[in-house]
Amino acid sequence: MGLELDFSVVLDRWQSLLDGAALTLELAFIAVICGALIGALGAIGRRGGNVLIARLCGAYVEGIRNTPLLVQIFLVYFGLSSLGLKFSAFTVAAVALTINVGAYTTEIMRAGFDSIHKGQIEAAEGLGLSKAQVYWHVVLWPAIERVYPALTSQFVLLMLASSVTSQISAEELTAVANYIQSETYRSFETYIVVALIYVVLSFIMRLGFWLLGLALFPRRRRLGTPL
Amino acid sequence: MNAHTPPPVSAGTAPVVALRNVHKSFGPLKVLDGVSFEVARGEVTVLIGRSGSGKSTALRCIDRFETIDSGEIEVCGLRVDNPQLDLRALRLDVGIVFQSYNLFPHLTIEENITLAPHSVKKVPKREAKTLAARVLEQVGLGDKLHAYPEQLSGGQQQRAAIARSLAMQPKVMLFDEVTSALDPELTGEVLKVIEALAADGMTMVMVTHEMGFARGIADQVVFMHRGKVHEAGPADILSSPATPELAQFVGTGL
Ligand SMILES: Nc1ncnc2c1ncn2[C@@H]1O[C@H](COP(=O)(O)OP(=O)(O)O)[C@@H](O)[C@H]1O
Ligand SMILES: [Mg+2]
Repeated sequence: MGLELDFSVVLDRWQSLLDGAALTLELAFIAVICGALIGALGAIGRRGGNVLIARLCGAYVEGIRNTPLLVQIFLVYFGLSSLGLKFSAFTVAAVALTINVGAYTTEIMRAGFDSIHKGQIEAAEGLGLSKAQVYWHVVLWPAIERVYPALTSQFVLLMLASSVTSQISAEELTAVANYIQSETYRSFETYIVVALIYVVLSFIMRLGFWLLGLALFPRRRRLGTPL
Repeated sequence: MNAHTPPPVSAGTAPVVALRNVHKSFGPLKVLDGVSFEVARGEVTVLIGRSGSGKSTALRCIDRFETIDSGEIEVCGLRVDNPQLDLRALRLDVGIVFQSYNLFPHLTIEENITLAPHSVKKVPKREAKTLAARVLEQVGLGDKLHAYPEQLSGGQQQRAAIARSLAMQPKVMLFDEVTSALDPELTGEVLKVIEALAADGMTMVMVTHEMGFARGIADQVVFMHRGKVHEAGPADILSSPATPELAQFVGTGL
């Protein structure tokens, strides 16, 4: 009982695989951008003085962190359609992933904000900076720099987790794989190829975040030490 | 030494800082219990007293980091106890330096210094950089413009923090135990900077445990004890205290 692998029929469909990979990256890109924004606002809300907003942000984070992503996707999918709203599978996937990563980013950003000492804020206030200026220059950027590795991991994880959106037929990489293996009956080969493509996508993302980090954090670039 | 040019004395003899019967509690803890003192233009007031006697709180009230319960605080003609106080105006007039330097770690020394002049006073970037170079020269760190805080010693960081404050050209500087975190060798270099500022006519209120230094620099010594000004006067009171509490405090050399 020898193992016979034939990749040719899978690799023949490289065009579809490439399309799927592109869509996966696109989904991840949208979710990361929107999720990062939600995360920053969520963290501000969660730490802010308004109890109602803080509770709402807390409930959002706990709700997302304690339910499976697939269930969240179905909730968005069926929730929107029961409201009579018709969206493409891609849109639903993007929304669900954004909501998911936004919650995790809220938690990470909160840790980042918490790591800024009160003395830093007082020093900035003492120099006459307004509340908004203090937040921007002395809280937000150092906080992001500090949690940047955690954010990177979370965002790569999100890209990998986006494979479950194949369940609502978003045409991303895993959905393409499902389709190819059902057509070629070369399941093992298909998923080996797809796994390798995910590895490459992860690498691309990490490289991208590393380069972005170099651009955003000149101190890190010059000294190489954590903040 | 010319970043700070004292304004003409023509404005009469109004004190730069005045506390009048200031009360402040944290919950049940009475920290300031009717504190009054004045700081004249160009003079150095040194606050001394045991740990917990309310020195830091008094300084923080002057710069409105704490709000007082009753009494009056006036700084450069601004009523600090007024709830409608223009905080920005107050902080343009007052510079404050803390024990723990609090340089912004993600910014170079130059960026630390230019941040406030540029974003608060809208000084153009270029001018702000010239200003940064000048104040750094003033504290003896002319070669550290492009260093990051973590690359400096504690004494250098504290001098950079002083330079950062000076760049805003405040009318009065507050120092809260700025050498307490430093080794003796590093303390000296920071005290020298403060001495030079005093010689240059800067109005200052400082909390310090360096008694020898206080003796040399103070125009006025304010001894705080249990939230009150227990004894105040010229630096001589350190050599001939009138109250047993100050005598004991000076005796212990704390
Ligand atoms: N934010 C605060 N909340 C509660 N208590 C405080 C606060 N700040 C200072 N205190 C208390 O007030 C007292 C005086 O503190 P402080 O002004 O720092 O004294 P000093 O600077 O003379 O050592 C201390 O007992 C201190 O614990
Ligand atoms: Mg103190």
